Order: sequence, then structure tokens, then C-alpha cells
Amino acid sequence: MEFAELIKTPRADNVVLHRPFYLAVEGTLCLTGHHLIFSSRRQDNAEELWLLHSNIDSIEKRFVGSLGTIVIKCKDLRIIQLDIPGMEECLNIASSIEALSTLDSVTLMYPFFYRPMFEIVEDGWRSFLPDQEFELLSSVTDDWRLSCINKEFSVCPSYPPLIVVPKAVDDEALRKVALFRHGSRFPVLSYYHRKNGMVMMRSSQPLTGTNGRRCKEDEKLINATLRPGKRGYIIDTRSLNVAQQARAKGGGFEQEAHYPQWRRIHKCIERFNILQESLIKLVEACNDQSHNMDRWLSKLEASNWLTHIKEILTAACLAAQCIDREGASVLVHGTEGTDSTLQVTSLAQIILDPRCRTIRGFQSLVVREWLQAGHPFQQRCAQSAYSNSKQKWEAPVFLLFLDCVWQILRQFPCSFEFNEQFLIMLFEHAYASQFGTFLGNNENERSKLKLPQKTMSLWSWVNRSEELSKFQNPLFEANSLVIWPSVAPQSLQLWEGVFLRWNRPSRFLDEAQEEMINIIKYNKELQAKVNALRRQLAEMETDDRMQENL
Amino acid sequence: HFFAQVENVWLLDRLSSRKSALGTLYLTATHVIFVENDSETHKETWVLHSQISSIEKQATTATGCPLLIRCKNFQVIQLVIPQERDCHDVYISLIRLARPVKYEELYCFSFNPKLDKEEREQGWKLVDLNEEYNRMGIPNNYWQISDVNRDYGVCDSYPTEVYVPKSATAHIIVGSSKFRSRRRFPALSYYCKDNNASICRSSQPLSGFSARCLEDEQMLQAIRKANPGSDFIYVVDTRPKLNAMANRAAGKGYENEDNYSNIKFQFIGIENIHVMRNSLQKMLEVCELKSPSMSDFLWGLENSGWLKHIKAIMDAGIFIAKAVAEEGVSVLVHCSDGWDRTAQVCSVASLLLDPYYRTMKGFMVLIEKDWVSFGHKFNHRYGNLDGDPKEISPVIDQFIECVWQLMEQFPCAFEFNERFLIHIQHHIYSCQFGNFLCNSQKERRELKVQERTYSLWAHLWKNRADYLNPLYRADHSQTQGTLHPQMAPCNFLYKFWSGMYNRFEKGLHPRQSVTDYLMAVKEETQQLEEELEVLGERLANLQKSQLLNDHKVKTKQQDRSKQLGLSTSNNSLANTPQEYSNDLKSFPSRSPSQGDEEDSALILTQDNLKSSDLDLSANSDQESGVEDLSCRSPSGGGCLPSEDSGKDSDEAVFLAV
Repeated sequence: MEFAELIKTPRADNVVLHRPFYLAVEGTLCLTGHHLIFSSRRQDNAEELWLLHSNIDSIEKRFVGSLGTIVIKCKDLRIIQLDIPGMEECLNIASSIEALSTLDSVTLMYPFFYRPMFEIVEDGWRSFLPDQEFELLSSVTDDWRLSCINKEFSVCPSYPPLIVVPKAVDDEALRKVALFRHGSRFPVLSYYHRKNGMVMMRSSQPLTGTNGRRCKEDEKLINATLRPGKRGYIIDTRSLNVAQQARAKGGGFEQEAHYPQWRRIHKCIERFNILQESLIKLVEACNDQSHNMDRWLSKLEASNWLTHIKEILTAACLAAQCIDREGASVLVHGTEGTDSTLQVTSLAQIILDPRCRTIRGFQSLVVREWLQAGHPFQQRCAQSAYSNSKQKWEAPVFLLFLDCVWQILRQFPCSFEFNEQFLIMLFEHAYASQFGTFLGNNENERSKLKLPQKTMSLWSWVNRSEELSKFQNPLFEANSLVIWPSVAPQSLQLWEGVFLRWNRPSRFLDEAQEEMINIIKYNKELQAKVNALRRQLAEMETDDRMQENL
Repeated sequence: HFFAQVENVWLLDRLSSRKSALGTLYLTATHVIFVENDSETHKETWVLHSQISSIEKQATTATGCPLLIRCKNFQVIQLVIPQERDCHDVYISLIRLARPVKYEELYCFSFNPKLDKEEREQGWKLVDLNEEYNRMGIPNNYWQISDVNRDYGVCDSYPTEVYVPKSATAHIIVGSSKFRSRRRFPALSYYCKDNNASICRSSQPLSGFSARCLEDEQMLQAIRKANPGSDFIYVVDTRPKLNAMANRAAGKGYENEDNYSNIKFQFIGIENIHVMRNSLQKMLEVCELKSPSMSDFLWGLENSGWLKHIKAIMDAGIFIAKAVAEEGVSVLVHCSDGWDRTAQVCSVASLLLDPYYRTMKGFMVLIEKDWVSFGHKFNHRYGNLDGDPKEISPVIDQFIECVWQLMEQFPCAFEFNERFLIHIQHHIYSCQFGNFLCNSQKERRELKVQERTYSLWAHLWKNRADYLNPLYRADHSQTQGTLHPQMAPCNFLYKFWSGMYNRFEKGLHPRQSVTDYLMAVKEETQQLEEELEVLGERLANLQKSQLLNDHKVKTKQQDRSKQLGLSTSNNSLANTPQEYSNDLKSFPSRSPSQGDEEDSALILTQDNLKSSDLDLSANSDQESGVEDLSCRSPSGGGCLPSEDSGKDSDEAVFLAV
């Protein structure tokens, strides 16, 4: 298919762009296969707006006489309005945008066409390979092995080819366990706590069904992670009720009788359309510019967004608490083990592991616990807050995770190497990107699409010093301790950087950020100067002494 | 000397029963003191009697008799006293001690910071309102100081020195005062020398349904004439229209535009002190909820209406600042008596208009000008002496919160930090300093407050390093000119201030303070600058002569580097929640005797794990996991070296003297 077929009016002049907090600008609108480009014609202040079609969540058009207006709502929550003279031009442009922003074939997406304009220092597709991670693990423990059982994605289609499992369990047993777990997602290692050797594993629900089916290999597998005489916790991210109901559909939970060394705790984390509706309501409340806004807090409350944040963080803290405080190993799962499970395991690691609070470590966490772990990004992030599609598989699971990270970052502003911008950047790229990193729903699909060969990795772009400097937190001081966030309502806040980003003036906050950077930069410069002077003095003094001695 | 001493008292921690402490309770003439038995720390908690807002004796339990003390600085103290009789005694004593009937009983009359007479006098001179009006450019061609109130003869709640338009004769002032509630005639609060626009304040006119007063009309005319660039003035009534109309039946009311030439009349609905008192009460109930859900909290906050009231005050201030700065129009502000809402609105507007009030010194001046000198009834509003509870209302608390909300929106605009605001709020209630005693300047002079007590401003000024905002720079764009905050409908700009209302629950606050971190960096930077200079000199000397004769400098350098090392290690200390490992140690040895609700919620103890028969239907346990975490998780922060405990011990030193 040629994009040109979809573009009936590639260019329109005298278009007026409206955005909140900016004066309206007149300029030219151009449509290309992947971008909507608006350039103002004013010579003094020429500005260009490039918008990826895939970033467009929904568009609305209306007419007053022959002047058409298109309102474009983006997945990054921005809303812009374009006034386009000429009914036909406007209709053409609207229908092109609609078509181009809803292409159904992945291979037509921009990452397959994007040619990087920067020098590639490091191929991001090779930056976080499982065998490198495993090497680190084997330097501290010998209890685990890297299994190639899923090499052809034949055992579990949503798992990566290489997985870390207990050494005591062989591939034959794994195959049996896979049959006993939803979507074949058998328990695998998620995190090893160096401090006390406790581990966190994740899986999907066991397929116990109504008659309490059991699987000896499954029991053996998870027991293999316990030290002699120790007990562990199973954190089920569903309410007990939901877990019990799952039995009717063949799913279920670990029966105490068969897992006597494990204690099960249910922590209800919502999923799917409940989360999507929560996002839609929240964004609606944030965008409400009407003057009877005195019920803002009620609307915030009614969206339940912060309730979800509190639930997810609480479950993650609980998992971290079991591991660090109780010295117990943990298995986390919900139903499929691809959503709430990953929220819990990845947030627990941020709490426990200082490495995950560095830029590189966080990237590695996203790769391990989200991309390789098979979070279906393409399904979940197909639409955002303005979508009308209401598809069950659309859900802001990853955004909730990023929001939770932001909450912890806000409570520990000096313990993270990255800043809020880094999290916002990841949110944007998960929903629309020139990079292939978040395409596909799992490693299997990514390998079929040949993404590493055909597209550029987000990490190749981010991990260059020019970009990295934008994402560095000036306040960072390595903190090797476990950080326990507060989950009290007073401690959790709306993430303004994402949800009010386009409807509040940010100049004064940006200036504060700049001031902070300058204060620290100046301090570092002085330190360098003092050190240099000290060295110089020391050298001169030794020279002097040597001369004296001569 | 102690009034009472009770041993084996439990001080409960609201968030975590594990952090409850056993100790001894002392009642002194000025404080309630709790000293923990723990032989290592002997941690002390000091509460001034004047901070106590309510004492509640609760039903006796197996462990003893619980006593709940709520404080005006939002501290909540829960004690359990073993014997009912002791509890009753403490209760009765505290009721008496927390409700003094004479000013002389207040702490400021016994508080002695070991300053000599001269230092005390200097302290009181730190803020000088004549100097402040001079700074505004007054007296000038339009405004002058009037001695019409020199013996408080015209208005007993006004200061002796009042600034009025030059064309307002004594006859006009006195005539106008007779037409205003409590004789609070229009007087100058702020003057903008760039465009001659001013903010004046007064009480409501006694207009009833039709009364008028020539002198009052002349007075407003005089205010307009003092701003030659404008042909009208705004009269802003900060009450809801309905309230103002109801006042007419009592012979009070508001200005009739037809009677006054060239005024534009405007209502800005800020609710009265009773509504505000109830609103705060409701919000504090939300703050006190035990492990509330997100919905409980947000609903409660919304229903308290607190942030809506804060926004109303801000909006009024923004309206006035706009009129003065952008339109160049003078404004007369009043409410009913002109000492609550009027003070709030005038001071918010001044703060927006003039960067000086956003400095530490300027902020002291602002409070002195709009609140202290113009007769805000501190004693009645903050219940310093036993009085009518219906007079109590968090009027200045709301102003202080408005400032905090502005600091959140303009992080570089204020020279001072959040701590400065919190400590001012604390001392408005503490009665440790004489500044906020009584209801008017007249009463303070009669009581000889300046001769007998110390000034808070001098105390804060001495410790100003603690109150600096590291992001403030005098040459920063945010510190220039008028601040323009967003107006309606951006309700989301107003946020709950947990630093104030949950001030004593450290676990709820961010565990690392950006302000403290940056302050430490800036301090280090300063040391580096000094060292750089020393090193530079040494280098120059060395280069000049090859003689090695700098033993002195070398030792100095070593001292320096020691200092630097110290300050960086302080940084990392602040980042380090080390108490978690302590918690871990203390956890298993937790005494099982303090079994209350919270304890049973702690599902994750080893004991529980062993004894539990892992019953599938034990749903309550599973639910309680939530409670456990929300109790436990915030508990970690409580052990951080807190500025408040530091301050308390500071006071302790003072008391012992």
C-alpha cells in the first residue's frame, strides 16, 4: 500500500494552530506517510510542529461555513486544534489523518521507515541480553540456570527464548509445569536479593480448575526456591473472590494442602477496561476547563486513578517487605501474569535494588520485566485516554507502573539517577515512537517482525550523552539502601508532569529545575577547580622540596 | 518543679503500634513533657500548654486510661495512663493549664532566651512599620501619616500611626469612622509608587438600607484623588453577597454605588470565621483517619471545602493585585469588621505585588503591617486566653497556606522556605514570643509587651540560615515584579498541605528533602569558594617566592577539607533511611502485650507464620495485609532526625534556665 493513496490533500495553507497557553499561529499544514507537520510562516519565529500519526488517539471535525476545524487528541494527552480553510481540504485532511493514525499493519508503522540521523554508539537491541544478566547472577549464586527450553518459543509463546529457573529443575519438568500454568507461563526468576539470597519469582495462575488439579513438578519447582526450613509467600494480584471464580474457567490458585510451605496473600489490583476507564475519567477531569470546577477533588476521586496507584504500590511494598524484612521468597502472579504481576515485580525491584534506580538499571528493568516478560505493549498501548474503541485489551498498565515509579521518585528525590522527564519519555514512546522497542506484544512477535534488524532501538538513541544529560537527576546520590515509600493517601499525588502537562503553565517549575541544575553544576565546577589547584600546589611543593634537597 | 509526674505512661504512635513508647509524663507550669524510658535515647516530647486545643479522656481499657491531646500546631498526642485516677488528675490539670485566664500566665512572660535588655530592644526594632511606609515612598504628595488616632481616640483597634490621603482632613476621618463598624475607617495598607495605585482597608459602612455619610463619601473620594491616573476606585467587599445584605438589616452593609462618586463595587465571596473553623475541623478529621483509603481521603478533603476557601482568598488577592498592577486602580477592601478576611486579602495582594514581601524580612513586615498593627484579634482567633470558642478561627493559618500554595507554583519566588511558614504558624499559637499577644496594639502597649517579652522576628532572623529557600536568587526573573498566578478554573493548582496538617507524621512526607539537600550543597559551595581563594593566594605566594613557609595554610587546608567531608557525609545521612535496619532488629522482639488492633494486623511476623494453620478462608488476614503495610511503611521516616524534635529540645534548654 502506498501512503500517497491515503493522502488526498498533502498540503494546506493559512491553517491556524491553537494550543493551550500559546497564541494561535498561522502556517502551513503538510501530511506525510507518518507525520503531520505544521510550520508557521512567520519569519521571525518560525516554528514547526511534528506529530506522529501513531500518536493521534482521536480526531474530531466540525464546520462553521467553509472554515473547518479539526481537533486532534494525542496519546500523550495533548490536544491541538487546526482551523483549515476550505471544506474539501479539511475533509480530506481529516480522513487522511484518521486512516494514517489507524494503520492496522505493524510493518507500516514509522519505526520501519525511520532512518536515524544520529551516530549509533551502541546498538540498543544488544544492550540488555539475558545471558549478560545471568552472568551477574551466577557470580553470587549457583542455584540457578539459564534454560533454552523456549528457544523457538515452543513452550511458552509469550516468554523469551532464555529464562532463569532453579538448577534443581530440568527442562522435562518445566514442560510439565508449563502445561499447568495459564498461557504456559511457568514460574521463572524475576529478582535475586543479594542481601539475603531471597528471590522473587513470577508466573501465571495455576490451572487447578474446579476439581483441584495439582502438578507435582510445579510444587517441586517453586519449593526449589526455598531454603531448607524456610517458608515463602505467594502474592496473588487478584482478590480471593476473583481467584476462586477463575477456577470455573480452568484457572485457580495454589491450594494450601499442596503448597504447605507457602502462604498466599491476595492483593486486588484492577485490570483491563477498569484501568482504561479510570484513565479516561482522570484525563477528562484534568481537561475540564469549565468554570464550575469546584468539584475537582470529587472528579479526581471518581476516576479512581490514585486508588489504583495505591493498590499497586501497596502490593509491591508487600512483596519487597516479604523479601527484605521477613527473609522469605516470593512468587507473584495474577491471571495471565503479564500485567499486574509485572507491575508488582518491577516496582518491588525499584524498592529493593539500587541498581534499578539508575538510568541503565531502569532500562534493563523495563527490558527484563516488561518487554522480555511479555507485557503485550501493542495491545495495551494501542489507544490512550481519548479513544472510543473500548477494546478490552487496551489498558494503561505500563503508565500506571511509570506513575508509581514517579510517586517513589517524589518521595526519594535524591535516590534516582533519572528524572521525571525520563519517565515521561518512556510513556510517550510506549504509545507512539520512531523506535521499534515497544512494537509487538512479546519477544516471539518481535523476532518474527525482525525488529532488531529492521528498526532502531529506543536505547540506541537514549544512551548517547546528548540525550542522557536531559534525563539525569541533578540531585542523585547513590543510595544503596532499600527505600520504603509511604502509601498513605496524603503521600500520593496526581502526576502533574503527565496529566496536567498540557493544561498548566510549567515555566516557573521549569525554571526551578534549571536553578537546581545550576546550583549543583556550579558546586561541581568549584570542586574540580579546588582539586586542580590542590594538585598543582602539591606538585609545586614537591618540586620545591626536591630543589631544596638538591 | 513539676505539677504532676506520672510513670509508666504509654505514648502511642498513631501509625504504628510498634513505635509506641513507655515513659514518664511530667506537667510543668508551661509544658507537658513525656520522657521515654528507653535508656539509650531518653527521647523527649515537649508540648506547650498554649498549643493544646482539646483534651479528650477516652473509655478505660485493659492497658489503662487513654488521653487524647490535640494541638493547634496539628500535633496529636495519644497517651495511655495506667491509673484512672492519675489520668483524671492530669486531665483536670491540663484543662486548667491549657486555658489561662490572664496574659501573665502565658509562656512568653517566663520564657528567657538569655538576651540582655539591649538585645531585646534591638529585637523589637527589627520590624519598623514607619520604615516600611517610607520604603513604599510615603509620605509623599498624596499620602501622609495622621495622628488622629494618637491616643486610640478614634479607633481602639487601629494603630496610633495611620496613613491616609493628604486631602482627608481630621474632620473627614472622624466623620468617616463614625460611619464604619468599630470605627475602622479607610486607611492605607499598600501603596504602589510606580503608578500611585493603592490598597486601603476598612470595616463595613453603617449604611443599613439607605443611610449615607458625607465624610465617608469624601474619604473615598480622597482615596481616588490620591491616584490621579485613575478616575475610579474599586470597593471590594470580601463577603458573600448574601452575608453583606443580611448585615443591612442590622444597620450595617455595603457601599451604594449611587451615593459614592466614581466607585466600582465588587463582592468576592469569602466565607466567615465560623464556616472556616468548621471547614478546618472537617479537614483535620480526614487527616486523623486511621489508614484511610484514597477515596476516604479525597472525599473528605473535598467535603471539608478547605481548598475551595483557600482558592477564594487567593482569587480575591489576585483580583486586587491585578487592579493595582495592571489597571492602576486603587482598591478599598473591607469585610464586616475588616480584621479577618480583609487582612487575608490585603496581605495576599501585597505579596503578589511586591517582591519585598517575598523576602524573609519583608514577610515579617507584611504580617506586622496587615495583621498585627491593624488589630487582627490574635487572642480571640487563636484562643490564647480562655474565651469564647466561637471566636476561634484559622484566619492566619489560611493566609500562611496561601503563601505555601504560591511557593508551590513559584518555587524560585520566595526567599524563605516551607519551614519558615510552619514555624511562624507554630509561634502564633505558642505564645512563646510577645508579637501576637492580645487583640490590638492598644492592649499590647497597656500590657507593656515589648518590655516584658521577646520578639519572634529576632529569633527567626537569628536562625535565618534554616529558613532559606535555596532556589531563591534576588536577580531571578521570578523575584521581580508582580506574580501572576493562574486564576479559575485551575482548581487542581491547590493542593493539600501535608507538611502542615500532617506535620508531625514524618512518615507521610517525602523521605528526602530537596530543600535540605540543596542547602547543604550551597553551604559546601560557599566553603569551596573560600578555599579557592585561600588556594589561589597560596599559589600566588608560591609562584612569587620558592620559599616554603606555609605550614599555617597547610593546617588550615586540612581543617577545610575536614569540614567539607563533614558536610557531604551530612548529605548522605539525610538520604539514608538507616532506621529500617533498626526496625528489623526490633521487630521480632516486639512485646506481645501491646496487642491492639494494629498488632493483629501485622500478619507478617514470624510468630504468626508459625502458628497460622494457613486456613484458606482466613480472609481477614489477607485483607489486613493492606493495613499492615500502610501502618508500617510510613513508620520508617519517623526516626529521621526531625527538625521539630531538635526545636523542642531547644525549648527545653530555654525552660531549664
